[in-house]
Amino acid sequence: MSEGDSGASGADPGANGGTPGASSGNSGKSSAPDREERILGIIEKTRSKPGKFKDAQITMSHGAGGKATQSLIEGLLLPAFINDRLAALGDSGAFEAGGARLAMTTDSFVVSPLRFPGGSIGDLAVNGTVNDLAVSGAKPLALTLSLILEEGLDTAILRQEVDAVAAAARAAEVDIISGDTKVVERGLADYMYMCTAGVGLRDPRAELSTAALRPGDRILVSGTVGEHGTAIMLARGEFDLDAGIESDTCSLWPVADALLEEVGPDLRCMRDATRGGVASALNELARASTVAMEIREADVPISEGVQGASDILGLDAMYVANEGKLVAFVAPEAAEKALKTLRSIPGCEQAAEIGEVKTEPPGMVLLETAFGGRRVLDLLVGDPLPRIC
Amino acid sequence: MKYVDEYRDPELGRALSAEILSLVEPGRHYKLMEVCGGHTHSIYKFGIDDLLPENVELVHGPGCPVCVIPMGRVDDGIALAHEPGVIFTCFGDMLRIPGSDGSLLEAKAEGADIRMVYSPLDALRIAKQNPDNEVVFFAIGFETTAPSTALTLKRAKAEGVTNFSCMCSHVTIVPPLRALLDSPDMRLDGFIGPGHVSTVVGARPFEFIPADYGKPIVVAGFEPLDVLQAIRMILQQLDEGRCEVENQYKRVVHYDGNPAALKALSEVFELRPHFEWRGLGFISQSALRISDAYADLDAEIRFTVPGVRVADPKACQCGEVLKGVIKPWECKVFGTACTPERPIGTCMVSPEGACAAYYNYGRFARERELV
Repeated sequence: MSEGDSGASGADPGANGGTPGASSGNSGKSSAPDREERILGIIEKTRSKPGKFKDAQITMSHGAGGKATQSLIEGLLLPAFINDRLAALGDSGAFEAGGARLAMTTDSFVVSPLRFPGGSIGDLAVNGTVNDLAVSGAKPLALTLSLILEEGLDTAILRQEVDAVAAAARAAEVDIISGDTKVVERGLADYMYMCTAGVGLRDPRAELSTAALRPGDRILVSGTVGEHGTAIMLARGEFDLDAGIESDTCSLWPVADALLEEVGPDLRCMRDATRGGVASALNELARASTVAMEIREADVPISEGVQGASDILGLDAMYVANEGKLVAFVAPEAAEKALKTLRSIPGCEQAAEIGEVKTEPPGMVLLETAFGGRRVLDLLVGDPLPRIC
Repeated sequence: MKYVDEYRDPELGRALSAEILSLVEPGRHYKLMEVCGGHTHSIYKFGIDDLLPENVELVHGPGCPVCVIPMGRVDDGIALAHEPGVIFTCFGDMLRIPGSDGSLLEAKAEGADIRMVYSPLDALRIAKQNPDNEVVFFAIGFETTAPSTALTLKRAKAEGVTNFSCMCSHVTIVPPLRALLDSPDMRLDGFIGPGHVSTVVGARPFEFIPADYGKPIVVAGFEPLDVLQAIRMILQQLDEGRCEVENQYKRVVHYDGNPAALKALSEVFELRPHFEWRGLGFISQSALRISDAYADLDAEIRFTVPGVRVADPKACQCGEVLKGVIKPWECKVFGTACTPERPIGTCMVSPEGACAAYYNYGRFARERELV
């Protein structure tokens, strides 16, 4: 380990707060690294346990898609509703009805601001739910739409967003077949919230599962990462930054469909890298499949604008949300074909293979930095960007 | 990306790494402290220590502005945030720092109006937009961020904004370094000097380190090649038996600092006789308070703050970590009771904190070359 020779000679320096004059070269070599290994072992063991939910109140972190969200889901929601279909924690739940293999999902949208370069809440409401179905290998069939409107909302804004929903649904070739409308007093919502649910037909060309990853599988992304979150952040106008970055919101069904067609049997799993970005998607799957992953930072496609904005704002584009990018895991022999397929799809020209599934340490994502070092790419703590979708 | 990629070139990194290897004396152990939390973050984020021989050890210093804020100070901030009509503003890093009874983030969930800002000017803007509220800015940071607070206070005064005030917790870099060097359990071979602090104060204030303590210091930038080059420069000094202040970050740092920023600091702030540092205890003349001329804008005068001193949690060894006496993982509660999700100590909160950097990035680094 890099921190191995800490100058901790002999005695246990952690217990007494440091031994004066203990930094005498290599004398601590035998004990310190072992101790470090042991402590890292404890951490990994703790990490791999299902999250406990002990918080007294909800904070913004619980909505950020990082560790707090994970503990809310694993510690409160899963135990309350436990059943096999939910336990897979896929992007949608799989079920059968009258012999039809279906998938169902739901998503709510509280983005601020409502409109941003490249899209609006109406686009997200359709594409978000369509994409949860698409990456589960299910062709989106129909959506529902619930509107929660704030008293005083300008109807021109409502009209605009309803049109956006209609246009996005047309583009995704899916009908809105049911809906609901509620109004709350001024101040109890921020203009409007949307909620959609979707049903899809699970595609027979592949058997996708969050637990299907095998060591050696290749990890692909369908294009440049971090655009949606960056676009939202800049649209809020809190920084005097203008990078001309647009949200990537779009339906991923054509991408999923092409992968199913070309490499279906070799496709293990797909996930849309929304809240928490590519890094969170990778972590969730490493955990679900009990595998490790090694990602090559230099191979991750990031546009210059996003990279620049991230550097200035101290963010990591790997954790920034996308609304039109998926991560795909394919068997090694099909990786080349999958990549070629992706790159032939308009909008996915920058698709890339970014890493490989490994065995050790299970549940962990490691990053080979472009500079030549290596580090952990963990789930994020805290809330870099609230209300991005 | 132009002007960034140049400083992240892995080939140049390998070349520097080879030079470093050639400068290292076999069998000798080198302990170098990076003073600034920004460096700690860079080192972990880019995996820089993977490019160093195993006997060059980087020790993380006290220069993480969030990490050095004592608990009582966080409690004061939370108390202010709960005052009726107060909009409390602070940098995002501060939100999750634990006080003795919860963090600002939790106070926010309880109903306090706490807003994250990116600059003190944003806080002033909020004050102007909300004339019926009192807006308080929790000012933290070394000389790096203090000038922006100073200029904001000057602007507030010039514009006659009466509902804005600052809770000043700015600290200065030299006194804690001196305290560290005076501490008997320190054995360091050299320092990577804080780049951004030096843009304000210059490199000159660090001359006492070679002069009084016989250690080299190289002021460095934050890109990976900056850090590697600074390490090479320190090792070169040690190899040649030299000991001086050198400036690796000449593209930004002037040896004498930024006179305009220093002038603003001296107009708006005065040295506090002493200030408590998290884990390091009281250090004399190590922090800034708002000067009498700007007393109207001092939140600690405008409001009654509890000002109660709270001892650090017993289990927490942030002090030893901040001094570089122990490694993050050597702390008794590291990774078990104290994690980024549920931090006990400040070092586990900020991305610049040694513990958080090690926990989030540092595990599973690569085997390194032993010389």
